[in-house]
Amino acid sequence: MQLLQLVISGIAQGCIYGLIALGFVLIYKATETVSFAQGELMMLGAFGGLAGMTLLGFPYWLSVLGAIAAMALFGMVLERVVIRPILGQPAFSIVMLTIGIGYVARGLITMIPNIGTETHMLPVPYKDQIWHLAGLVLNVEQMVVIGVTGVLCVLLYTLFRYSKLGIAMQAASQNQLAAYYMGIPVKRLNGIAWGLAAAVAAIAGLLLAPITFVHANMGFIGLKAFPAAVVGGFGSLPGAIVGGLIIGIVESLSGFYLPDGFKDTAAYIVVLIMLVVKPNGLFGEKLSKKV
Amino acid sequence: MRFIFKTDYGQDIRLAKHGGHLFWYGALMLVLLLAPWLVQEYWLAQLTFVLIYAVAGLGLMLLAGFTGLFSLGHAAFLGVGAYTQAVLTNMGLPFPLALACAAGLSAAVGLVVGLPALRVKGIYLGIATLSFGFIVEEVLARWESVTGGNSGIHIKKPDMFGWTLDSGEAFYFLCLLITVLATLGILNLLRSPTGRAFVAIRDSEISAQSMGIHLAYYKTLSFALSAALAGIAGALYAHQLQFISPDQFNILQSIDLLLMIVIGGVGSVHGAFLGAIFLITMPQAIAMVKDYLPPTIGQAPGLQGLVYGVVLVAFVLFEPLGLYGRWLKVRTYLQMFPFYRKGMFKRQKSFQKSDRLK
Repeated sequence: MQLLQLVISGIAQGCIYGLIALGFVLIYKATETVSFAQGELMMLGAFGGLAGMTLLGFPYWLSVLGAIAAMALFGMVLERVVIRPILGQPAFSIVMLTIGIGYVARGLITMIPNIGTETHMLPVPYKDQIWHLAGLVLNVEQMVVIGVTGVLCVLLYTLFRYSKLGIAMQAASQNQLAAYYMGIPVKRLNGIAWGLAAAVAAIAGLLLAPITFVHANMGFIGLKAFPAAVVGGFGSLPGAIVGGLIIGIVESLSGFYLPDGFKDTAAYIVVLIMLVVKPNGLFGEKLSKKV
Repeated sequence: MRFIFKTDYGQDIRLAKHGGHLFWYGALMLVLLLAPWLVQEYWLAQLTFVLIYAVAGLGLMLLAGFTGLFSLGHAAFLGVGAYTQAVLTNMGLPFPLALACAAGLSAAVGLVVGLPALRVKGIYLGIATLSFGFIVEEVLARWESVTGGNSGIHIKKPDMFGWTLDSGEAFYFLCLLITVLATLGILNLLRSPTGRAFVAIRDSEISAQSMGIHLAYYKTLSFALSAALAGIAGALYAHQLQFISPDQFNILQSIDLLLMIVIGGVGSVHGAFLGAIFLITMPQAIAMVKDYLPPTIGQAPGLQGLVYGVVLVAFVLFEPLGLYGRWLKVRTYLQMFPFYRKGMFKRQKSFQKSDRLK
């Protein structure tokens, strides 16, 4: 019973990692760049929701939708203004660029007087509720995380499987040049991918906020999502979620059964093992290059 | 403008290309030697930090700038070096021996990290080194019997067979000596076949391999050398601060090191020094400007991070060659004065070079 309890809380945490990793993968597939600012986008989303609820006084659902929409727009603007000019440069410069964006986001939030440096509670309607189910004590906050992640996965699956936009995005991610020749607006799709990634990050932030509070450094959790993306395979959307779940469960179990200190490093140990055993991840496709 | 007509191979790999180089670097050396009498004690300490970071920067430059493998966990090597030095010095080992051990152990750890680097590339390598950095940080914090855990450890003054370096000046000269030796070592390495193999791997792994370069050997070698330099820098860093704790070697420190070489100029030895100067003087500059800003901006704790971020973004977007690239452009402009054309340093895009297919 205790094991099940641990696994459930691991799954909830893993869903957060998975959602952030989903952002990495969306951006990686579309633009072949890795965004180190994903955690900071998540933080901005959580602050957006907080601003909507406390400063503007909107109801819960309105401020959540508002924050997600605002972050989607922000992601698209970010792509247009900062990322697009250096597209086609080595991966290293783009990594540094996104690290820089992360610094700026964190710095800006911290500079807001009396708000940026404090820890805030996001007033969600399901705060501190507990369900009892067949001997399990289920935290509603965690259940909401799991539920929303499931719904989001179905939505994204539908988008990529059935909509014209999603299919065009898949085509662009397979081969940009060929997609250009077929008349697919690759640049616009890149912007949409960034917007989508930022929106997913905002959702992750809003889901995480009731569990860990909102503060300027909450973006560092994004560093835990890298292992998730690698374990699942960096170019695979379902892989991101599965990787997140694996990391979350491993972390939760090692926190309980292994000595102190393993909880924080479990994710990284798993990723190192994964890189040695199967560098392409569980769902990653093997690509080779002709010279 | 100075034209050098190279007529033999020896001229091509000479360290000082012409008399001007000898003169200006000699003058710089003279100024650095006289620095203890020219500047106040506080600034001398800052200069010592610049030298220490320059050594670490040289190491990372060798790895990221010349071999094309980037490491997001380089602070871990710094930490390994610092802790080895601290533990051995406190056990009574003289400075040179402890330093050699610190460099050796860091290199050994670098070798171990370099091994997975043979299998993974690009961003995967970044994540592998990032993970390694986190694990080392955790080990340093948890292995309390040796490292003192989160409360950190103090380190004795450097002492060489009965001669203790107890003044800031003496330690400055020691750092200067090590920095000069490291720089000469790197410069000589870069003009040797090994260094050229590194650059070949950076430019194209496939063509390097087809020219008979053993990728695995050179990649691990690069990792080990880079880690050794970081270990030396870490040892000096420990002596300079006299107190180390695990949180000095975290991911932010790793990012600082990367930021340093990117802003200095990736792929140039000058870049390591310019980046170190930037990294050390930036907080000072911010502290000086702070008083003239409105208090809501000037006193905000996020100011430094914001400035770092903006500078980093600006450099990647507008000056990918970093401070050294800017200097090259200024120099070229002056040399060619009326004939300078716009776009001489224009970057070329390469959409075809997909990292996924490397």
